[in-house]
Amino acid sequence: MAKAEVNKGNLVVIGGSSGSLQVIIYILGRLPNDYPIPVLLIIHRAYSIDSMLLDLLVLKSNIKVCEVEEKEKIVPSCVYLAPADYHVLIEKDETFTLDYSEKLNFSRPSIDVSFISAAEAYGKNLTGILLSGANEDGAEGLKEIKEQGGHTIIQHPDEAVVNYMPLQASYKSEIDEVLDSEGIARYLISLIPA
Amino acid sequence: MSLQDVELQLLLNDMIDRYGYDFTGYSEASLKRRIENFMIKDHIPDISMLRSLIFKNPDYFRWLVEEITVNVTEMLRDPLFYKTIREEVLPALATYPFIRIWHAGCSTGEEVYSMAILLKEAGILHKSRLYATDINPQVIEKAKSGIFPASQMRKYSENYIQSGGNNDFSSYYSSNYNLAKFDKSLSEKMIFATHNLVADSSFNEFQLIICRNTLIYFDKKLQSRVLELFDHSLDMLGFLGLGTKESLRFSGIESKFKQIVPGQKIWRKQK
Ligand SMILES: C[S@@+](CC[C@H](N)C(=O)[O-])C[C@H]1O[C@@H](n2cnc3c(N)ncnc32)[C@H](O)[C@@H]1O
Repeated sequence: MAKAEVNKGNLVVIGGSSGSLQVIIYILGRLPNDYPIPVLLIIHRAYSIDSMLLDLLVLKSNIKVCEVEEKEKIVPSCVYLAPADYHVLIEKDETFTLDYSEKLNFSRPSIDVSFISAAEAYGKNLTGILLSGANEDGAEGLKEIKEQGGHTIIQHPDEAVVNYMPLQASYKSEIDEVLDSEGIARYLISLIPA
Repeated sequence: MSLQDVELQLLLNDMIDRYGYDFTGYSEASLKRRIENFMIKDHIPDISMLRSLIFKNPDYFRWLVEEITVNVTEMLRDPLFYKTIREEVLPALATYPFIRIWHAGCSTGEEVYSMAILLKEAGILHKSRLYATDINPQVIEKAKSGIFPASQMRKYSENYIQSGGNNDFSSYYSSNYNLAKFDKSLSEKMIFATHNLVADSSFNEFQLIICRNTLIYFDKKLQSRVLELFDHSLDMLGFLGLGTKESLRFSGIESKFKQIVPGQKIWRKQK
C-alpha cells in the first residue's frame, strides 16, 4: 500500500444523472483549454449512449477529456470521465483505482462512492458539485465532502431538469452554494489561481 | 465511520501475523471502503474491537475476508472479449494436443462456465482442463455447484449471442424454481481450488490465463508481481486475458507480450 502523502493539489468532482448532460456540456464549454484544476465527472448513463458519451464530451469541450484509466495519476488541465460499469475511487497519492463492487443507489459508477473517497483524499482542496437527477446518489457524498472541509455546490432546483437529486442533497447536509449552470461555470473559473 | 491510516496498518499487520494473509498490497481506497462498510454492517464501533474479534476467532476472520473481497461477476461479461477468444484464441489452442487454462480470481465461477461453453462449441473441451482459483473459499464452493440465479439468464443469453454464440443458450442449463443449474458436461473438466495470488506460487504451465477485474484491487507493485507470476506460468506463445480496464502498462513483462487485437485486453507471449 502506497504511503499516504499530504495532498496539495485541488480537485473538482461533478456528479450528474438524468438531465445533467446539457449542464455538463455547457460548463465544459465555458472552461479554457488550460483550466488548471483536474475535474472528475461521474455521470449515470443509459446503455444506449454509453460509447458515445466520451466522444460527445471531447467534441464539446476545450480541455482534454479522457476516460479514467486504472492507477492513472491525476494531473491538471484534464477532465476525467468515470468509465461505464466501474466505480472510481481516489487514492491519497492522487491516483485513481477502479472498483467493480456492487452497485450503490442502483448505480455503477456511483457518485457517492467517488465523492466519499475524494473527500478522504483531498479534504478541503475538493469541490463537489451535484447536478440534475432522479436518484439520491451523491447526497451522502456531498455530506462527506462538507465534513472533510471541502466546498459543496448543487445545481439550482429551479433550473435542474429533474430536481430530486439536488434536493435530496440539500436535505442531507448544509450546501455551500446553490447555483445555476452559469453560476457553476463562473465558480469554477474563479478557482483559477491569479 | 472513517478509518485512520495507522488503524488500517495495525489491522493489516494483525492479519499477517495471525493468519498469514497479506492485504498490504491492495489498493488502499477500496480496501478501506470495504472494511468500513463491514464495520458498519456488523456494528463494530472501533478498530480495537475489530482487531480483538479477529484475533480470537478464525471464523470471524474468514468472514471478514469474504466480505472485503469483491466477488461481483457475471457470465460472458464484455461479450466482445469472448468473441475475440472464440475467433482468435481458440483456433490457436485447438492445435495443441492438451489445453490448460487458468482462471485466477474466478469468484463464483460464471467466467469458467462461460469459457467451457466456448470450448465445447469449438469442439475442444474434451482435451481441456480449466483450473479455477480464488482466495475466498466460499466462492469456490459456489463455483463448484454450477448453480446460478435464474433471474440472470436473460442477460447472459444476450451476452452469449453478442459473443457470437449460435445455439440456444438455455440448452446449457436446467431451471429449477429460481435457480439455473449448468450441465455436468461443462464442469467435468474443471478443477477448483483456493489460491492466493499474493502468497502462493505457480502450480502448472498454461496456454491461457484469464484474470479479470482482480488486479484492479492491487496496487501497482503487487499488480506487477502478479503479472510476473502469470508470465512464469505461461507457455511460450501462451495467451493472457485481463479485464476491460486492466493492462500490462505498469509491469516489467509488457515487452514480452503482444496485444492480439487492438482494444481487446488479450495478449500473447512472444518467442
Ligand atoms: C470482482 S471479482 C472478479 C470475478 C471475475 N474474474 C470477473 O471478472 O467477473 C475479483 C475476485 O478476485 C478475488 N481475489 C481477491 N484477492 C485475491 C488474491 N489475493 N488471490 C486470489 N484471488 C483474489 C476475489 O475473491 C474475487 O472473487
